[in-house]
Amino acid sequence: MTKEVMEYDVVIVGGGPSGLSSAIKLKQLNPEINVCVLEKASEIGAHILSGNVFETRALDELIPNWKELENPIKTKVTKEKFLFLGKNKSISWPTWLLPKVQQNHNNYIISLANLCRWLAEQAEKLGVEIFPGFPASEILYDNDGSVKGVATQDMGIDKDGNKKDSFESGIELHAKVTIFAEGCRGHLGKQLINKFELDKGKNPQQYGIGLKEIWEIDEKHHEEGLVMHTAGWPLDNNTYGGSFMYHAENKQIFLGYVIGLDYKNPHLSPFDEFQRFKTHPSIKKYIKGGKRISYGARALIEGGIQSLPKMYMPGALLIGCDAGTLNMPKIKGSHTAMKSGMIAAETIVEHFRDNKSLSIYEEKFNKSWVHKELHQARNVKPSFNWGLILGIIFTGIDQILFRGKLPFTLKHKHADHEALMPAEKMPKIDYPKPDNIITFDKTSSVYLTGTNHTDNQPVHLHLKDPELPIKYNLEKYDEAAQRYCPAGVYEVQMENNINKFVINSQNCIHCKTCDIKEPSQNINWVTPEGGGGPKYGNM
Amino acid sequence: MKILVAVKRVIDYNVQIRVKEDNSGIVTDNVKMSTNPPDDNAIEEAVRIKESGKAKEIVAITIGEDKAQETVRKALAVGADRGIHVKTEGIVEPLAVSKILKAIVEKEKPDLVFMGKQAIDDDCNQTGQMLAALLNWPQATFASKIEVKDKSLEVTREVDEGLETIEVKIPAIVTCDLRLNEPRYASLPNIMKAKKKPLDQMSATDLGVDTKPRIEQIKVEEPPKRKAGIKVANVAELVNKLKNEAKVI
Ligand SMILES: Cc1cc2nc3c(=O)[nH]c(=O)nc-3n(C[C@H](O)[C@H](O)[C@H](O)COP(=O)(O)OP(=O)(O)OC[C@H]3O[C@@H](n4cnc5c(N)ncnc54)[C@H](O)[C@@H]3O)c2cc1C
Ligand SMILES: Cc1cc2nc3c(=O)[nH]c(=O)nc-3n(C[C@H](O)[C@H](O)[C@H](O)COP(=O)(O)OP(=O)(O)OC[C@H]3O[C@@H](n4cnc5c(N)ncnc54)[C@H](O)[C@@H]3O)c2cc1C
Ligand code: SF4
Repeated sequence: MTKEVMEYDVVIVGGGPSGLSSAIKLKQLNPEINVCVLEKASEIGAHILSGNVFETRALDELIPNWKELENPIKTKVTKEKFLFLGKNKSISWPTWLLPKVQQNHNNYIISLANLCRWLAEQAEKLGVEIFPGFPASEILYDNDGSVKGVATQDMGIDKDGNKKDSFESGIELHAKVTIFAEGCRGHLGKQLINKFELDKGKNPQQYGIGLKEIWEIDEKHHEEGLVMHTAGWPLDNNTYGGSFMYHAENKQIFLGYVIGLDYKNPHLSPFDEFQRFKTHPSIKKYIKGGKRISYGARALIEGGIQSLPKMYMPGALLIGCDAGTLNMPKIKGSHTAMKSGMIAAETIVEHFRDNKSLSIYEEKFNKSWVHKELHQARNVKPSFNWGLILGIIFTGIDQILFRGKLPFTLKHKHADHEALMPAEKMPKIDYPKPDNIITFDKTSSVYLTGTNHTDNQPVHLHLKDPELPIKYNLEKYDEAAQRYCPAGVYEVQMENNINKFVINSQNCIHCKTCDIKEPSQNINWVTPEGGGGPKYGNM
Repeated sequence: MKILVAVKRVIDYNVQIRVKEDNSGIVTDNVKMSTNPPDDNAIEEAVRIKESGKAKEIVAITIGEDKAQETVRKALAVGADRGIHVKTEGIVEPLAVSKILKAIVEKEKPDLVFMGKQAIDDDCNQTGQMLAALLNWPQATFASKIEVKDKSLEVTREVDEGLETIEVKIPAIVTCDLRLNEPRYASLPNIMKAKKKPLDQMSATDLGVDTKPRIEQIKVEEPPKRKAGIKVANVAELVNKLKNEAKVI
């Protein structure tokens, strides 16, 4: 069946900070350009999960008078702490000894989801059409091989692929330029990188998984504006990761944990590390007597400049975390994602007006402050391959003494999915049982995300080889998917003495970890029916 | 025939409801809102009746704050022709909603009013019934099947004992059950078209309705947590526990 076609000048896939900034900038530069934004979540912001300590640099450029408008950026960072955790102890690290990039005094503690909702309002005022609930599920190509646009997902298909009564065909959106802004590990971005070999000559991309909870805590322990990070326990010296605790408005704290997905031990469960971390006395003292009100998880892209793919191709641009513009030592990607989107808008305006090639994107990007930031930051993440202690010492030298100007670039050697060691060679980890006060299980956590996918739809987690989980992964890695998925989607169940691999796809919170970490790249995450997935509030 | 459909904006059914810390109500900030699910069935049914040629016009109405307009826009995207938004602030009780609907019915003169059997936020299950009383129209509540006859409707109702089929004369109020139909999705082109469909705005005061609550809400609390169950070894222990601990037998 041929699909209905809608034509736009620019179609943007993804309503995160990068996509929305791009849309706003396009309209500011030329109100005549017609722009639409597709978002897979049921509303803008519902799939956004971030820390978030926000650097306003890109926003200052995009909407210079933002402070005069009613806006969701309220809590200025007032105090910072950095702790090294031992099992029961903690050592506070003087903040003046932190690299400059890790200092936050001009930044704000915000909910990125709320910022996106606000950006969407600004975009709509400028005439951008925003369509939440419509995932782009397919890339459309012209005869000459250039990107012609995207198709949205068909709705109302049952799990065997038949049309239900409510069937509604997806449509084709054609654009002069399509911007892909799907965030970390975009499922179309991944296809584009392969097809156009955008990562040729680059280091393998690096990822992390970030887990986050929002707690409402006792006034006594709440210090609005406090930003605290930790490294160390419960992770061992060889696993890259750490925590954040941001004291936001309304007695809320944003508590989270990030673990590099290059971890080696298949017994490790990022979710349970996070739960265990909260039992440390220096953390527990904040949340004791408080209430957990939200939970979620999302992968982060950490490869930086070494792994940054080419961001332009015929008919399309790749921006934000879909490409990988996050600054790892800063653990910030919102401002760089926004800026990359703004540069995309400038590129497109010149492309339309002066017929310039989209390749000018790269020149503009390389001249921008984003590039400078990422260049300075480039050696931090790879140095942690030598372990936490050496990583910190190196980072101190690199970032404090040399401000990122050391005359060499460390490489990322392996892709994250290659990192797992066989289960029998690695120590088992005995995670404590949840107490349902400070620590919780996955089921009750996923419940808080409001996640739902209409039942009776095709499973959106495709296995290239359906036998692999039981035949290979179970024996070799004790099927690590059971542990790396932060939503308990993957289970190995014994039925009549036969092991069965179960995919509870309706619980998927769209974090993309499985797509990244599966050792044989056997899991392919595709977009489920629009509007499904988590319904995050102020994540 | 003209059908008026009432659609309410409520907290999305997937969202975990949270009670405000001071027990004054529930948290609605940054919470995903959607159309009350049975209201989607009501719109769907109206659209199907129109598609079968038995109705000419569908008017969707919502009562609430500015953002409630999204709910009407969604109804327009799946097939309603025209929208009405009656602006109100704060809590609007079922009686006030019914009075507003009555005023609109008197203006619009529809032959049928479709609504949801209940709104999932307050679970009052009152608005349809009150409206029927105010208008002195017949009502068919909890409809799971509707057949349009010449001057009447044959409605199958979901009742405790099973299914009940009744006939009501037109004009009538029908409150819809989730089993009535499977609502369609709004397609992108139809969402675009819906933006251009007419949407009238007015306030409750314009209609001469006082929406001041008649009920004072004292306190909102979370239901008590269920305790984890235990396994009993045998029937004797079970009986003993039921008798002496639970004191139910
Ligand atoms: C735990 C954690 C903590 C972080 N802390 C900070 C911080 O403190 N400060 C900071 O600046 N940054 C932080 N970041 C990074 C920041 O969140 C990202 O860099 C930023 O969100 C990237 O923006 P983006 O627009 O590229 O992608 P995203 O924010 O991921 O947005 C992408 C959007 O596209 C949608 N989408 C994806 N695929 C499709 C599709 N096929 N069709 C339609 N829609 C689609 C998604 O639903 C989403 O809404 C953190 C990230 C994490 C995970
Ligand atoms: C423990 C429990 C068990 C129950 N079990 C059952 C059961 O088994 N079966 C069952 O059917 N019900 C059940 N109920 C539901 C019970 O009958 C409800 O009280 C009732 O159905 C509530 O609907 P409502 O009055 O809130 O809807 P109302 O508030 O009266 O709304 C009904 C309709 O009016 C319209 N409307 C209301 N407000 C607006 C507005 N602002 N703008 C536009 N339109 C509006 C909408 O069309 C809406 O759907 C149960 C309830 C409880 C508490
Ligand atoms: S199934 Fe994959 S994408 Fe979904 S929650 Fe689990 S790891 Fe994340």
